[in-house]
Amino acid sequence: MTAHAPILPIVLPLLAALLQMAVPRLAVQRIVGLLATLLLVGLAGWLTALADDGVWRVYALGDWPAPFGIVLVVDRLAALMVLLGALLGLASLLYASSGFDARGANFHPIFQLQLLGINGAFLTGDLFNLFVFFEIMLLASYALLAHGGGLARTRAGIAYVVLNLLGSSIFLLALGLLYGTLGSLNLADLAQRLAGYDDNRALASLAFALLVAVFVLKAGLLPLSFWLPHTYSAAGAPVAALFAVMTKVGIVALLRVQLIALAPGGLDDLLEPWLTVLALATVAFAALGVLAAERLRVLAAWLVLLSAGTLLLTPAPASVQVSAAAIYYLAQSTIVGAAGFLLAGVIAEQRGAAADRFVTGARPLPAWLQIAFLVLAATAAGLPPFSGFIGKLMLLGVLRETPAAPAVWATLLAAGFVVLVAFARDGCLLVWKYREAGGAPVVALAWQKICAALCLVAGGPLLAGFAGPLAGFAERAAGQLHAPGAYATAVLTAAVPPAAPAAAPRVPAPPPQMPKAAP
Amino acid sequence: MEALLAIAVGVLTACGVFLVLRARTFPVLLGLTLLSYAVNLFLFASGGLRLDAPPLIGAGAASSDPLPQALVLTAIVIGFAMTAYLALLALRGLAESADDTVDPGREE
Repeated sequence: MTAHAPILPIVLPLLAALLQMAVPRLAVQRIVGLLATLLLVGLAGWLTALADDGVWRVYALGDWPAPFGIVLVVDRLAALMVLLGALLGLASLLYASSGFDARGANFHPIFQLQLLGINGAFLTGDLFNLFVFFEIMLLASYALLAHGGGLARTRAGIAYVVLNLLGSSIFLLALGLLYGTLGSLNLADLAQRLAGYDDNRALASLAFALLVAVFVLKAGLLPLSFWLPHTYSAAGAPVAALFAVMTKVGIVALLRVQLIALAPGGLDDLLEPWLTVLALATVAFAALGVLAAERLRVLAAWLVLLSAGTLLLTPAPASVQVSAAAIYYLAQSTIVGAAGFLLAGVIAEQRGAAADRFVTGARPLPAWLQIAFLVLAATAAGLPPFSGFIGKLMLLGVLRETPAAPAVWATLLAAGFVVLVAFARDGCLLVWKYREAGGAPVVALAWQKICAALCLVAGGPLLAGFAGPLAGFAERAAGQLHAPGAYATAVLTAAVPPAAPAAAPRVPAPPPQMPKAAP
Repeated sequence: MEALLAIAVGVLTACGVFLVLRARTFPVLLGLTLLSYAVNLFLFASGGLRLDAPPLIGAGAASSDPLPQALVLTAIVIGFAMTAYLALLALRGLAESADDTVDPGREE
């Protein structure tokens, strides 16, 4: 069982999706989806506990050894990201199963395939396989984005699909160049070959530059980030909440490529200084967007961009402390971003015609919703008692030693202030301005929505309460991430398990073909 | 042969980029298709170009690298599915708004 642990987060959603497609009744699909996602959370928790021993668990698909076959690699960061995606998935699915899933066909199977793509993208140790999981994730996200219908979603969907198809083309060009120059697509193997490669270094660095361009497109770095607020605010609340983890896929991939291949391979100057400049510009741009947002879900979309910009400050310095702070910030900002979307959905339902627009509403919000909004605002703005403050404090502390520190400090602090101002102004309109006092809310909220939104909002205080253990884990994860030599050794010398005939053929595939690409 | 392939990839890419920049759904769709042809040819060349060399060891005097062929196959399948989905989405957008501009920020 433990030997097959790395593949389980991919197999479980796949099985659930197949089962759901076989039984097209919504009630059954709901139960299967919720059970499978709950199981995925448990599985990811177990995987995280397993990974905390610091060993790289390498799973060779079809038992083909590493440079030839595809490997899945579980380290602390990958396990933590799978856990994060599973938690968001559970909350989003719970929210969606109170009616949103009935607004179109096949919501549940597509949702599981989306989880499959996200998990695979975090776990894989092969760049072409990363491309395939990106595509699975994107294809599912195209369908989820359009779920529920409406012109705004279709328009946002067209632009999103076009942009990502272009991104995929660039990704493939980068992979072709990498294979043509370095002769491998396995990340560990690439890193080793890059270190001793003098043949055509310009071409190899061009290949990595294209790869980085694709990752920052997914993450939303400034000149490539205009799609993000439109797309995320057009999606339904639970879909947008799950999307909050998708920008992080690009950031984690960038962090991994930088630390495992670029920095040890002598291309550590590829990201500097433009990445820091553009990341700061993204933060400033997103802060202005937060200020200009006219409804809560648009504001939440800009917050996702703000956290992406902040996180993109961290791959370039490439030190253990910076990465540790980045991992903590990443975990908490993902949960807060998702909470913003779910809370916007709940508030919109409560306020009737005014929805989540920042205008005078018809009746006051219930007290618990006001408190939830306050907690979310304080966390997102980075105010002291909650996790946003701790994450920002850690980042500011470790970025103090970098050469760009004055600009980073000024921009991050100013952006935090702008977010605070925006939340104060918009919160007044949402909470205190209404036409008639009293009266029961017209719509009784489904318990699933309340539960999902409150659980994610509670992430702010909880992650602050457990900041010690989480920061410790982040530090160990960063330490493991900053050992590229040990990573390469673990991947490339992964022994074939002795019980190979009995254990292996779960995914019997020849190495270059992607088993999940066929459906 | 290298020059011919390079020119083909270049021309396809240029046409693709030009069409994508038109920002109407039909030219964009065509442009993406051309671009994916260019990318597939490019991927195919990444293992080196050899004539009369099957991707099998021992089947002939020379053998060519089988991996790029497998990559191209995967890329074709994925690209085809994505393009089909985009075509469907574009048709839906056209039916809903009688407008085929690629612009998510347009107000009603």
